[in-house]
Amino acid sequence: MTAPALETKALCKQFGALKVTNEVSLRLKAGGRQALIGPNGAGKSTLINLLTGVLAPSSGSILLEGAPINRLTTDQRVALGLGRTFQINALFPHLSPLESIMLAVARRNGRLGRPLQALHRETDTTDEAFALACSVGLGRDCLRPTAELAYGRQRLLEIALALAGRPRVLLLDEPAAGVPASESFELMQAIEALPRDVAILFIEHDMDLVFRFAETITVLVAGTVLCEGTPGEIAGDSEVRRVYLGVAGG
Amino acid sequence: MSDITLDLARIMVVNRARWTTIEVAFWIAAAAGYFLFPAKLVLLTQMLIGGLFAMSLDLLLGYGGIASFGHAAFFGLGAYAAGLLAAHGWGEPLSGVLFGGLAAGGLGLAFSSVIAKVRGAAVLMVTLCIGLLLFEAASRMPWLTGGDTGLQGIDMWPLLGLFEFDLFGRTAFWYAYAVAFLLYLAARRYIHSPEGLALKGIRENHDRVPMLGVSTARRKMIAFTISATIAGMAGALLAQTTQIVALETLSFERSVAALIMLTVGGLGTLIGGFIGAATFIWARDVLSALNPVYWMFWLGLILIALMLTARGGLVGALTLLTNYLARERHPR
Repeated sequence: MTAPALETKALCKQFGALKVTNEVSLRLKAGGRQALIGPNGAGKSTLINLLTGVLAPSSGSILLEGAPINRLTTDQRVALGLGRTFQINALFPHLSPLESIMLAVARRNGRLGRPLQALHRETDTTDEAFALACSVGLGRDCLRPTAELAYGRQRLLEIALALAGRPRVLLLDEPAAGVPASESFELMQAIEALPRDVAILFIEHDMDLVFRFAETITVLVAGTVLCEGTPGEIAGDSEVRRVYLGVAGG
Repeated sequence: MSDITLDLARIMVVNRARWTTIEVAFWIAAAAGYFLFPAKLVLLTQMLIGGLFAMSLDLLLGYGGIASFGHAAFFGLGAYAAGLLAAHGWGEPLSGVLFGGLAAGGLGLAFSSVIAKVRGAAVLMVTLCIGLLLFEAASRMPWLTGGDTGLQGIDMWPLLGLFEFDLFGRTAFWYAYAVAFLLYLAARRYIHSPEGLALKGIRENHDRVPMLGVSTARRKMIAFTISATIAGMAGALLAQTTQIVALETLSFERSVAALIMLTVGGLGTLIGGFIGAATFIWARDVLSALNPVYWMFWLGLILIALMLTARGGLVGALTLLTNYLARERHPR
C-alpha cells in the first residue's frame, strides 16, 4: 500500500487559549481531489499555513508522501513537492509573469546559487516558463508587469507558479475567490486541466466548483473535522446541512 | 491583439540584460573625463570609487530591498586591509584589492546569517551596529590603524610592475576605472542571473519567495557577501590611490553618503550609484568651494528638490529623456 500524498496526524495549533486547529487528521491520497470546506473561521487557512510551514504546529505531525516534514522550512517543503496558491494574489508586481515563472523553474532545475550565470542564455528556463504560461492561458500577457494584469489573470499566474515547482501535492486556497464571472471560465479550465497525478486539496466557498471537482469533501468546523465523504454523502449529511450548507444556502 | 510567440519571449528576456544608452554613455564619459579634466584626476578617481561603493549598496537595497545603514564598515575594512598589507611590505595593487575584498567579504559572510534572519527596522539596526562596532574598534587600536591620524606609510608598487602611481593620479585614475568597470560587469552578471532574479523577487514580495521553493535566507546571505566584497574592494582602491586610510572610511557619514549618492542616481539601476556619486562629489566640490562651512545646507536643499522632481533619481529622469529622444527619431 502506498503512503498518502499528504497526511496529518492529530495536528493542533493554539494561539494562547484559542485552539484554531484541533486534532486534525487528514489523508489526501495520491492523485486525489479533495475539497476542504467549512464556515468562515473554521481554520481552513490556518491549516494550509501549517501544511506549508508558514506556521509551526503546537503538536501533531505532517507527512508528505510518508515522510515527516514538520521541521522543514517552507522552501524545503516546496522543494519536496508541495505547491500552493494564495487566497489573495501574492505575486511580484514589477516582474512579468514570465520572469516570475522563470524564477520557480530555475529553482527547480537547480540554477540558483551561481551569481555569474546569465539567465537569458539558459533558453531552456525561458522555454519552459513560456510553455507553462501558455498552458494556463497567460501566453499573451506573460511579458507585461504582473501589476497590470486583471485580477482573474493574476489568479492564473498563481496556479502557474505553483505548477512550476512540479508539485506532487497542490494546495489551492480559494482559487476562484474574487474572480469576476467574466474571467472565471478560464480559471475553471486551468484548474480542470491540472495534471491527474497531482494530489489536490482545495479550499473553496463556491459549492458548484466543489461538487463538480471534488472526489472527497472534508468539512472543517471550529478547527475540527466534522465529517468526510464523497460529494453525495456530504450533500445528504444532515449535520453538514445544519452547520454549513444550510447557512451557505441562506 | 498581438500574439506572443516563444521567439518574442526569448528576445524580451535577452533585452532585459542589454546595455542601456545611459550605461554606455557613463563609461565613455568617465573615460573622456581623463582627457577633459586633466587637473581633476584625483576628484574623478574618487567619483569612480564612490560610485563603486554606492553600486555595492544598490545590490542590497535597490535589488534586494535590504537596507544597510552601516555599509562603510565593509568599505573601511577593505581600505584598512589593503592599506595594512601595503604598509607592511606587500605593495602589489591587484592582490591588495583582492585582499581588501576578501576581508570585507569574510566579515559580510559572517554577519549575513544574522541579516538573513531579521526584517525591516532590525536590518537597519544590525547594519548600523556593524558600522559603529568597526569604527570604535579601529579608533581604539591606534597601534594598528593609526587611530585619528590615519594609517600612513602605504607604499604602492607599480601597477602590473609597469606603471608607477604618479603624483598627478594618472595611473590611479585608469587603475580605479579598470577595477570599477570589471566589478560593474560582474555586478551586471549577478543581477541578470537566476540568483539576481531571486533577489528581485525578495524585493517585490519577500514572503512569497519561499513558496517557489527558494530559500530567502540563502539569497540574502549571497547578496550580502557579494555586496560587502565589492564595498571592500572599493575601500581598497581608495587606500591604494590616496595612500592613506582615515577613520572616516568607516564612519556613519560615509554610509549615509553612499545612500544619498544611490538615491540621487537612482535605486535598482546599478549605474545609478556611479552617476549619483559623480554628481554628489562634484556638487560637494563646487559647493564647498563656494562656502566651506554651509555647503551641506545647499546640498540638502538640492537633494529635496531632486527627490520631489525626479523620483527615479537621475537615471529615472535620463531614461525618460532617452526614451523621448528615441521616439522622436523613430516616430510610430
